[in-house]
Amino acid sequence: MSDVYVVGVDMIKFGRFPDRTVPNIGAEAALMALDDCGLTIQDMQALYCGNLYESSAAVGQRVLREIGQTGIPVVNVANACATGATAFREGWMAIKAGVYDTVLCVGVEQMGKGLLGGGGGGGGISTEGLLGSGTMPSVFAHVGLEHSRKYGTTFEQFAKVSVKNHHHSTLNPKAMYQVETPLQEVMGAEMISYPNTKLMCSVNVDGSAAAVLMSEKKAKEKGLMSRAVRVRASAMASDPYTPRNFAMMDFNAVTRLAAKSAYEMAGLGPQDVNLVELHDCFATAELVHYENLGLCGEGKAGEFIDSGATTLGGKVPVNVSGGLLSKGHPLGATGIANIYEIATHLRGEAGARQVEGARIGLTHVVGAGSACAVHVLEKVS
Amino acid sequence: MAEAAAAAAPKPAVSFLKIPKDGAPYLEGVKCGACGEVFVGVDRTSCAACGARGKMETVKLADKGKLYNFTIVHRNFPGVPVPFVSAIVDLDGGGTLKGNLLDVNPVPDAIKFDMPVKVVIQDAGRKDKEGNSYLAYFFKPA
Repeated sequence: MSDVYVVGVDMIKFGRFPDRTVPNIGAEAALMALDDCGLTIQDMQALYCGNLYESSAAVGQRVLREIGQTGIPVVNVANACATGATAFREGWMAIKAGVYDTVLCVGVEQMGKGLLGGGGGGGGISTEGLLGSGTMPSVFAHVGLEHSRKYGTTFEQFAKVSVKNHHHSTLNPKAMYQVETPLQEVMGAEMISYPNTKLMCSVNVDGSAAAVLMSEKKAKEKGLMSRAVRVRASAMASDPYTPRNFAMMDFNAVTRLAAKSAYEMAGLGPQDVNLVELHDCFATAELVHYENLGLCGEGKAGEFIDSGATTLGGKVPVNVSGGLLSKGHPLGATGIANIYEIATHLRGEAGARQVEGARIGLTHVVGAGSACAVHVLEKVS
Repeated sequence: MAEAAAAAAPKPAVSFLKIPKDGAPYLEGVKCGACGEVFVGVDRTSCAACGARGKMETVKLADKGKLYNFTIVHRNFPGVPVPFVSAIVDLDGGGTLKGNLLDVNPVPDAIKFDMPVKVVIQDAGRKDKEGNSYLAYFFKPA
């Protein structure tokens, strides 16, 4: 089977665009990705489009109305926070299967402001704040305090994730926010759900990202190998049964399953990875994923952030883009935006935030429900 | 008259809170006869843990347990009183559920992992649009 390559990839600067439509926002990234590899919509054989909030409204077809209705098959994908990565993976799979040589994958989302989750069941009374809390900051506070329970991880260690990722964002012009946040400011910000303060929650923004995928044969034929990035592994998992499933959504076991599959497919281990974009929807989440992805030993995530290993210049920089915490988290776009970030480093085009000598990068997203996708990307040549 | 009487009787806030005609309200779950796993309040015929079919038996869940995990919620939707403690409790005999932990100071130092708690079923303090009252479950230090 042919390897699959990312030949074109880009994202818009995330922000708030209440006067635009979802397809319009998606189309912008689609055109940027096409321009990145010098191709047109006429070169695309299929479109895989990830979007959550308008998932019943043919977003992919409406993107084509904005950039060219060529009649290609469109697959619309919704899969929680793994939506964009799932669209990317469907495109990868179609090429891997030999059905197409060239496909376009788009992730796009338009978000409101405010708390996500905690909706409760229909009818009767709302159970939010009555039977505990189901808001996302609370769900991920529970995730963090489970780690504290096991290993004594501190509020300060969780807060350091935000200090780091907000620092990284100052080097990324496409991040929603590019502001340094010292530790005292992060810890002193409004408490949302202990230990997550406001500065430890990701930003709800609008955004889009897109990638053009190609078979090796086609990429060579088109002369696109010099900036191409190889997809070394694409893996997904749903949450396996865990005894506390009913009360606590699982983000750990599902990540471990997907990571194991990805490392096996790539024939690599975590020690081979030069940089990671992982799902820091909340600061608490980033630390548990260090262990879930095997970046450090069990129970060592607190020490790992303390050591600076995951800061730009460290052993394995994590979320050099600024992460979801400062780049922003437009749900359907996030999975492809982190592919963009890794590809940019592997191409050596990341400017001030470039991870020097990066050859292998890993992306991770995990959505409530649960859905996890892990991709391993490799520099060509 | 019968309608008025029905409206006056409190309803359960969740389907797995059972209110018998006579006797105290309780929480209900199911237990898999094949692997023994206990689930809180799910109405299903196959087991999520082992996949066995048709082995689910209805069980009454324990009214005691231990605090597994918590968070202290300071920001929530308009109208929800804050701060409150969102607690995850492992019930004795199986089943884990999330609920509000009452009668504790909502600060991290006052809340201990594994502290024994009891399940208390009482008025939810909320009514629906029709004015019906509800029973909900809460946790309190045991």
